[in-house]
Amino acid sequence: MSAIIEVQDVSKSFGGVVANKDISLSVEKGRITGLIGPNGSGKTTLFNSIVGYHPIDAGSIKFEGKEISKLPVQNIARLGLLRTFQQTRIYGAMNCVDNMLISLPHRKMGFAEAFGRHGKKDYNRADQLLDFVGLYEKRFLRAGSLSFGQQKLLEFAMALMNEPTGLLLDEPTAGINPTLINGLIDRLKRANTEFGITLFIIEHNMRVIMNMAEKIYCLAHGQLLAEGTPDKIQNDQRVIDAYLGAH
Amino acid sequence: MSAKKVIFYIAILAISLTAPFLLPDFRTQLATLWLMIIVALTWDMTGGQMGYNSLGNIFFYGTGMYVAAVIAIALVYDVSDYTDAAAAGGEIFKFTDTQYFTGMLLGIIGAGLFCAVTAVIIGYLTFGLRGPYFAIGTLGVAIAGGELVSNWEWVGGGQGITLPVYPGDFNVGKLYFYYLFAGTGIVLFIFLKWLYSTRFGEAINAIRDDEEKAEAMGLHTLRYKLTTWGMAAFFVGMVGGISAFQLIHFEPLETAYQTINLGIFMVVCVLLGGKGTLWGPVIGAILFHVIKEVTWNYFLGWQWVALGALIVVIVVFFQDGVMGWLMHRKPEWFGIRVEEKEPAVAGVNQ
Repeated sequence: MSAIIEVQDVSKSFGGVVANKDISLSVEKGRITGLIGPNGSGKTTLFNSIVGYHPIDAGSIKFEGKEISKLPVQNIARLGLLRTFQQTRIYGAMNCVDNMLISLPHRKMGFAEAFGRHGKKDYNRADQLLDFVGLYEKRFLRAGSLSFGQQKLLEFAMALMNEPTGLLLDEPTAGINPTLINGLIDRLKRANTEFGITLFIIEHNMRVIMNMAEKIYCLAHGQLLAEGTPDKIQNDQRVIDAYLGAH
Repeated sequence: MSAKKVIFYIAILAISLTAPFLLPDFRTQLATLWLMIIVALTWDMTGGQMGYNSLGNIFFYGTGMYVAAVIAIALVYDVSDYTDAAAAGGEIFKFTDTQYFTGMLLGIIGAGLFCAVTAVIIGYLTFGLRGPYFAIGTLGVAIAGGELVSNWEWVGGGQGITLPVYPGDFNVGKLYFYYLFAGTGIVLFIFLKWLYSTRFGEAINAIRDDEEKAEAMGLHTLRYKLTTWGMAAFFVGMVGGISAFQLIHFEPLETAYQTINLGIFMVVCVLLGGKGTLWGPVIGAILFHVIKEVTWNYFLGWQWVALGALIVVIVVFFQDGVMGWLMHRKPEWFGIRVEEKEPAVAGVNQ
C-alpha cells in the first residue's frame, strides 16, 4: 500500500502559539485513517495546512507524490483532495439539489462548460447521493433551513458528489443525533469501500473512530504523541493521560 | 415553458413596445425607467446573485458616457479641438446623419467593451476585499473616477461634453431613445434568465452563500467573479453611452459619475424588489421610479428627505424586498417544498 498523503516535519505557529510542531504522518491510499487529540492539540490546523488554507512555516506535504504545500486551496481541491468543515459549511440560500450540482468536480470542467446546463445524469446522481444520506425528501428545501445534523450529512454528500480521491473529514459525527451516527459510520465506510475514497478523519467520538479507522494518529500540544492501530492507541498510557489532562 | 408563462411574457413585451404610444407625454420618463431597470438588474448580478455589494457600478455608467462620446467625436473631429471650442463657446461642429448614427453605434458598443475590460482590471484589484470593504473600495473607484475626469481638459474637464442633437424630429428622437433603452433592457433580461439557469449561475450563487466553501470545493472563484462583473459593466457601459446621446450635454460629477443619485438608486431598487431574484430588480425599479417621481412632484424641496426615509424603511423593515416577502409567504411558488420519496429511486452505484 502506498501513501496518498505524506506529511513531513510540518510546523505551523500563529504569533507565539505553536499549533503544529514537526509533525510527520502518512495516510495510506484506500484506507481510513484517524486523527485524534484533546481540544486545541492542532488537529484542525494540520487539516488546514494540508488543504492549503494557510501557508506552513516548515516541512513538506505531498499528495499522490506531488508537493502541495505551496498550492492555494482551490488548486488542491481540483487535484482531488477535499475537506469538510468542523463548522459545517453549505450554500444556505440554494436548495439541496443545487448544492449537490455545484459540487460536481470542477477539475473536469472547462470554462465554456460553465455556460451549459446539467444533464439528466447529473440530476440522477445528485438524487441518488441525497438518498444515500437520507435527504431525498428535503431536496427542494433551502439548505440553510435544514437542521445542523442534516447540513452535516448534506456536506458529506456534496463531498462525495465531487468524486475526490482523498477526503479529510473534520468531526463528521459532531452534533449528529446518536441514532443517526451508526448510519453515518456505515455510509462513511461505504464511501471508502464502494467509491474507493481515502478517508482521513478527525473525531472526538472514540467509539466511532475506533470502529472505523485502521490506523490512528494522536496529537497533543501540537506534537505527534502516538500512532498505531486502534487497539494500540486505546491502551497507550500517554494517550489516556493526554485526554484526562495529565499532560 | 407553460402556456400561461408564454402569454405573460408576450403581454409584458407588448406593454413594453406600446408604452411610449399609450403614454406619449412620458416618453423620456419611460426611457429613464428602463435605465433604472437595467442598472438594477446589472447591480443584482454581483450584489444579489454573487454577494458582492458594489457601490461603484456608477463608475461604468460615467465611463460609458465618456467613452461613447469620445468615440463619436473622434471619428469626425479632433477631440481636444472639439472640447476646447465648446469651452470657448466658439465654432460649431456639424455632424451629418451618417456620422451621427455611426458614431452612436460604435460609441455605445465601444463603451460596453471598454467598461467590461475596465471591470476585469478593477475587479482583479478589488475582489480580494470582502463585505463592506468591497463596497467602500468600489465607491472609492467611482468617486476617484469622477474627480479624475473633471480635471481632464481633453474630455472637457468640469464642463463636460456636449454632443450633437438627434438629427430628426424631436418626438421621434424621444421614441428612438426609448427603444434603445428598452431593447437593451429586454436583451439583458433574456440574457440573465439564461445565465442564471446555467452552471455559471449556480457557481456565483455558491460564491454568495459561502465563498470559502466554494474555494474548498475547487471552484474557479476569481474567474467567475471577474466574468460576472465584466458582463455587468458591459451593459452599464452601454446604457451610459445611450444616456450620453439622449442627454446631449453631460458633465462629470452630477450627470456621469452621479454617485449619490443613480449610484445609490440602483441599490435601493434591488433591495426594494428583492435581492438575488430575476424579477426583484425589475419590480423594485418600477416601484422606486414611481415613488421618486411622485415625491419630486408633490414634495418638492422635501424630496430628498422623503427618499431618505424610504431607504431607511426598506433597510430596516423590508430587507428581503417584494420577492423575498413573496418567497416567505408562498414558498411553493418558488419550488421550495418537501417531496415524498418515489419508491423507484434505488441506491447509488447502479
